Amino acid sequence: MNYLTRWQGHEVANWPVFGRLNSLRDELDRLFEPPFEALTRSSQLLSGWTPALDVYEDKDNVTVKAEVPGMKREEIEVSLHDGALTISGERKNENKHEGAEVYRSERFVGRFQRTVSLPSPIASDKVKAQYKDGILTITLPKTEEAKPRQIDVSVS
Amino acid sequence: MPTTKERQTTTTANNARREEYVVPEVNIFETKDGYVLEAEMPGVNKQGLEITLEGNEITIVGHRDNDSIPGELLFRERRLADYRRVFELDPAIETSKISAKTDQGVLTLTLPKSEKVKPRKIRVDD
Repeated sequence: MNYLTRWQGHEVANWPVFGRLNSLRDELDRLFEPPFEALTRSSQLLSGWTPALDVYEDKDNVTVKAEVPGMKREEIEVSLHDGALTISGERKNENKHEGAEVYRSERFVGRFQRTVSLPSPIASDKVKAQYKDGILTITLPKTEEAKPRQIDVSVS
Repeated sequence: MPTTKERQTTTTANNARREEYVVPEVNIFETKDGYVLEAEMPGVNKQGLEITLEGNEITIVGHRDNDSIPGELLFRERRLADYRRVFELDPAIETSKISAKTDQGVLTLTLPKSEKVKPRKIRVDD
């Protein structure tokens, strides 16, 4: 009986050491993360969340595609002002896993805003935005005046 | 024990053969019932996901649903390669009960712990 009590005491005293070893291992994992990833992440830390975006143009439209995963449609705002398109929004910190231990937290939380100047005048009343699979696609039709036009040459 | 020690993936032969992958950003939580892993993979829908379990490693691959390119590219920041990341699982995870769902480019994996390792209160009888 005496023996059992002493053994249990020993086991309990050991636990905090395990905890410390685990966090040491986490530290080491972090040290060996690919440098490129660490770089982009720290640069984003300085500037906040800057979703990646692409801009395309064809003869009728300018198209902007932005990566904003895990948002709700109503949390995204799109506005057009002085030939510039602004996309903004906020991802709230949902406390879905309250009391949970966090092992990795790489996803961004908070506000973002991006502005791109558009290469052509836009018919602002015809702009369409679609949000699918975490990608926001904004289609901005050019004004009639801005579209390239073919002029028929009549032969007399 | 953290689940989710990540395996270094850059040196595997498999990876060298294929084109470069984008490493998705993840959040990992541990609750008393198990782990939750969220991975950001914009442009990937249900059809593009490939999750494989081998031994104590789980591999997440996301193929982008690359729709038609709308014209000439003026400005690029997005990387269009597929996503891939490998995690080593905590042996406490009941692998047959892992479930996955995806919503607006975020994959959520639920990895429950097996019943025998969940913390349990033991009642003291009189």
